[in-house]
Amino acid sequence: MTEAVEPGALRGMLENMLTIRAYEEKAAAMQAVGQAAGTCTSVGQEAAAVGVVAALGAEDLILTNHRSAGHLLARGADPARIYAEVLGKATGYCKGKSGSLHVSAKELGVVLTSTIVGAELSLAAGVGLASSMQGRNNVVACFFGDGAASEGSFHESLNLAAVWKLPILYVCENNQWQAFVHRRETMPMDHISDWAASHGMPAASVDGNDVEAVYRAAQAGIAHIKTTGQPYFLETWTYRTRGHYEPDDQGYVDPDELAAWRAQDPIDRLQRKLDLDAVEIQVIQKRVAQRIEKAWNEAIAAPYPALADLTSDVYA
Amino acid sequence: MQCLTINDAIGQAIAEEMRRDSNVMMFGEGVATKRVDLLNEFGGRRIRNTPLAEGIIAGAAVGASAMGMRPVIDLLFAPFMTLAMDELVNSAGKLRYMSGGQFKFPLVAMAMTGTGWTVGAQHNHNLEAWFVHSPGLKVVMPSTAADFKGLMKSAIRDDNPVLFFVEMAMTFDSGEVPDGEHLVPLGKAAVRRAGSDVTLISYGKSVRACEAAASQLAEKGVFAEVIDLRSLKPLDEAAILASAKKTGRVVVVHEANRMCGVGAEIAAILAEKAFVALKAPVLRITSPDVPAPSSYPLELAFAPQADAIATAAASLFESDQKAVREIQSS
Repeated sequence: MTEAVEPGALRGMLENMLTIRAYEEKAAAMQAVGQAAGTCTSVGQEAAAVGVVAALGAEDLILTNHRSAGHLLARGADPARIYAEVLGKATGYCKGKSGSLHVSAKELGVVLTSTIVGAELSLAAGVGLASSMQGRNNVVACFFGDGAASEGSFHESLNLAAVWKLPILYVCENNQWQAFVHRRETMPMDHISDWAASHGMPAASVDGNDVEAVYRAAQAGIAHIKTTGQPYFLETWTYRTRGHYEPDDQGYVDPDELAAWRAQDPIDRLQRKLDLDAVEIQVIQKRVAQRIEKAWNEAIAAPYPALADLTSDVYA
Repeated sequence: MQCLTINDAIGQAIAEEMRRDSNVMMFGEGVATKRVDLLNEFGGRRIRNTPLAEGIIAGAAVGASAMGMRPVIDLLFAPFMTLAMDELVNSAGKLRYMSGGQFKFPLVAMAMTGTGWTVGAQHNHNLEAWFVHSPGLKVVMPSTAADFKGLMKSAIRDDNPVLFFVEMAMTFDSGEVPDGEHLVPLGKAAVRRAGSDVTLISYGKSVRACEAAASQLAEKGVFAEVIDLRSLKPLDEAAILASAKKTGRVVVVHEANRMCGVGAEIAAILAEKAFVALKAPVLRITSPDVPAPSSYPLELAFAPQADAIATAAASLFESDQKAVREIQSS
């Protein structure tokens, strides 16, 4: 079961990771010069978003969290519309009513994004329940972090999904940081997958900075869900290499640990694996940079919501 | 006309809506155990017991409703809702707005509350105003068997999250319920007793205390109008203002704590929109700012009773009588 992922697909994953990186670094740079509000990035964790989403089908659904840009972009979101959302513009996926922290894009199957850490787990149970009740035969991928795994909703969600046999792929991006607190200060062991296994579901932990490994592991999880109708837990072992949000000087981060993880950067690793020459890489990077620049400019030029929208969309 | 307990009126409403719409389902701790009729008719996929975990019960309802289901959840007792506040308030109440209208949340969250069973403050807390204060939610608290049925049916059909409060002391009281399809719209108050001199505005079982107070007042020649709000959000402002303008005197009565309760909102609405029609200050008869007690005599002292309501209403006429006496003596 270890047939190679074809190089073309991996090249696509590389471009997706580069797009996420460029999108988030631009957002951080614009924050630094006062053109955008603070935002939470997933720099260093891109392989989880890209590897898992690549394994999903069009009918599958995604729940994400405050660190959502990677999941959205991997799913094919228009960076101009995410930037517009971050800037509070009417052309954003949520008409400018989300900001950066809770971007949903139902048209892409990215639903019910909540910034309340742990809420994604709670809501995923319901999305999975609806899929089960409606016989959709799809998978609900729920992205969250080790911080969310410390919430009670993590255990409540996994337990209900196991008891009710809900088609949920739990994806824990264990990025070692819970806002400003290192994970090792908050749990007696390292792996969230240990907690998941005790809830009676198969649980795997994968090198989260190896996009190919993440992709394969997600495929295995999805196959399990489709075959058994039962949930599956996948932990991606990774690291948040930027701060909790922008700006964040990361003065609390051990520089040696950060350097060691930067040396394991998922984009660099895939570039080495693909053995692309410098020209090829430059071509991709230039394409990505132009796309992101164009997206930012579109978002800047977009209109703000009409003031009447202050009171719209409260009730159905 | 049939005679049903309130518990059965609720069950009948849910059964009718489940027959009507295959997306309606119900779950909660003990739901399948206690509502055997529903379990037998609709099976264990649509009627489910859950783990004893209010957060995930509510979270599952919110997520499922966003994807097209119409769940009814039973959270048992209102104070247990504090364990589901993120799901109810932050998710169900806000994610429609925050997503620019991409989702709707047609769910009903039930819980019992109120004095009468001497269960104390961790099973009895009239926290309905918390939800009234939260955007995106609707709140109902009926007082008759017919309204429990009709409002439950409307709540299930509504595309928004509805908090549905049940007076635990009334759960097994019987009342008349119309035969056939019976819907009561959300946001419409009912005039329980017409009157011309003073308006008693209430909801839940305090409506009964108001009706008893109105009988006492009638013996003294004071004719009280009793308004049962039924829905707290949307609030039937038109009905409140119409009655206040007619009588010029208003007493608001509820078992919930006084400060920032629904009564405070009603008093503010009257001050803003009916000031010139008022002949006396708006009074509130509520529970004091204490946790609900469990000892029965203390429960009675905590909750609004007819005598206190009648006395308060009568006091609104004292300044008139004083003025009349002053005119007569001059």
